[in-house]
Amino acid sequence: MAEMRVLMAHMDSPGQCNIETYEQNGGYQALRKAIPNIAPAEITAMVKQSWLRGRGGAGFPTGVKWGFVPKDPALPKYLVCNCDESEPGTFKDCLIIDHDPHQLIEGVILSSYAIGAHLSFIYCRGEFFEGIAKLRKAVKQAKEKGYLGNNILGSNFSLEIVVHPGAGAYIAGEETALLNSLEGFRATPRLKPPFPAVSGLYSQPTVVNNVETLCNVVHIVNRGAEWYQKIGKPKNTGTKIFQVSGQVQRPGCYEFPLGIPLREVLDAAGGMLPGRKFKACYPGGSSCALLTARQLDISMDFETLTEHNSALGTASIIVMDDTADMVKVAHRLMQFYQNESCGKCTPCREGTRWIVQILARIEAGGGTFGDLSVIEQVCNSMAATSFCPLAVGAAPPIASAIMEFRNEFEDYIRKNPNADEKPKMKVSYPYLKVYPFEGERDVAGKTAIEQEILKRN
Amino acid sequence: MLSEKTKNAILELQKLYPEKRSALIPALHLAQAEVGYLPREAQNEVADLFGLDSNEVNSVVTFYDMFYEEPVGKHLIHVCKNVSCMLRGSDELLAKLCDKLQVKPGKTTADGEFTVIPSECLAACDRAPMMIVDEKVVGPVKDEEIDQMLAEAKKGPGHPAPVEKPEDRHG
Repeated sequence: MAEMRVLMAHMDSPGQCNIETYEQNGGYQALRKAIPNIAPAEITAMVKQSWLRGRGGAGFPTGVKWGFVPKDPALPKYLVCNCDESEPGTFKDCLIIDHDPHQLIEGVILSSYAIGAHLSFIYCRGEFFEGIAKLRKAVKQAKEKGYLGNNILGSNFSLEIVVHPGAGAYIAGEETALLNSLEGFRATPRLKPPFPAVSGLYSQPTVVNNVETLCNVVHIVNRGAEWYQKIGKPKNTGTKIFQVSGQVQRPGCYEFPLGIPLREVLDAAGGMLPGRKFKACYPGGSSCALLTARQLDISMDFETLTEHNSALGTASIIVMDDTADMVKVAHRLMQFYQNESCGKCTPCREGTRWIVQILARIEAGGGTFGDLSVIEQVCNSMAATSFCPLAVGAAPPIASAIMEFRNEFEDYIRKNPNADEKPKMKVSYPYLKVYPFEGERDVAGKTAIEQEILKRN
Repeated sequence: MLSEKTKNAILELQKLYPEKRSALIPALHLAQAEVGYLPREAQNEVADLFGLDSNEVNSVVTFYDMFYEEPVGKHLIHVCKNVSCMLRGSDELLAKLCDKLQVKPGKTTADGEFTVIPSECLAACDRAPMMIVDEKVVGPVKDEEIDQMLAEAKKGPGHPAPVEKPEDRHG
């Protein structure tokens, strides 16, 4: 299938960052159509009908999220655009703000109009120096043209946009952590409920949407929800920017309707490097279970990938070929989660660190066979008990790597002459009975760790 | 430690937000742009402008990767070491770069020109192995291009990146 470019339609046009070129290419048409002729509630209804789902990873229906915002006009409401793009393998938001910032500005204006916000923030990760400058220039240009500011296009709707730089923290991409960061605090997640739509920024109703999500709103308003619904699959509508990175010929962004087979996205990226074979890939950024060669025909949509215990996430496909060392990949990824854990909750703070220590030992040739069971057990505990999605996402990439490529881990472990020793345990784990891990069991059905605990007690 | 100009710019930033504390991170960027890093003295002056306890400000400074409490080189080289770049040879690249500059990862060269910082994913995986030199994304970086890249970086004004130019603000 050929690419279907909707969001990326004008990415290659020179001068697209300038408002004149953007307008010539059909920009701000959606805004002129909507304000003041379409009522805000109608835009929300359109987005609901279109079945647009959040592009930041969770895939929550955007219109439904907007619907949670209280209608009381006296309450200040905020729209916050999440541009803290830090998921390994993800580089679509960066592409949009670098090459077509006005598309995002138009999306933010339309969405703010829909929910009744008069002040919006675009939270950019601090490393996007170029993107931040381009967004600020775009805001300035839009203001000069009357698309922003007081009484937009002669209506009684007013809006200001502030482009806010972060300072380097993966966890700030989690929506409540982002709000804390935007309020000038450490980026630690908040307890939900209350959800941001009810009590978010400054404890007021707040919608947090991803860059790509907000850009989709422009095209839904422009061409109608029915047009949008026909792209992709039911409940997985619209196009998606797939980012392919790792060991392929042409890493980059490719826009396809949701539900395209994984194989075709990889083909668009030029396939594997010469003489190499596909081994595995993470289909949705690093925070999901990997897919192997037998799953190449899988449909890239939210439901199908969830059914296969993985996730579409940000649709960032990290490809590994037959030269990739899965132990090193797992070790590197876990180091990432350890570095980026905010430290608020114990399972994440300690769990990620513990697994990194074990993987380092295995890689150095000092691992034991029991180590793999310990990793699986810690993964299960983290996924079940951590406070926010960071550690929930940290477990599957490692657990699935061990599940699919156990022999590679065991090859490393065999380098250790004492590989059959039991894992060294320092503390006991009472929650083990609640979340028993799936490892090797003895005749009584006890796992290695359970036996150890029984022995100690 | 902070100039009047920076202090005024910080006060201007505060007006963009319904609650002034929201301007803390942009303000720290500004302070760092002036001083080069964020010693406690600079943090305390920022804290005064916000009416915050200095430990509150320090808790924020220590959380985020882009704030430096210790002096760093004139130029910062962030080398991505995450998995997409690792699969395309970022480990070797980092080793080559450090070898060339005679510096350990995370440290500053003896002449104070470069600090090499191994970084997590910098959102340009299509250009792996990539790095951000001061403000510029560079990649894919080939070994033979390192010399030229360093020479070009030396010509530039270097970090601290002027993330916050008040004249660009339109809130």
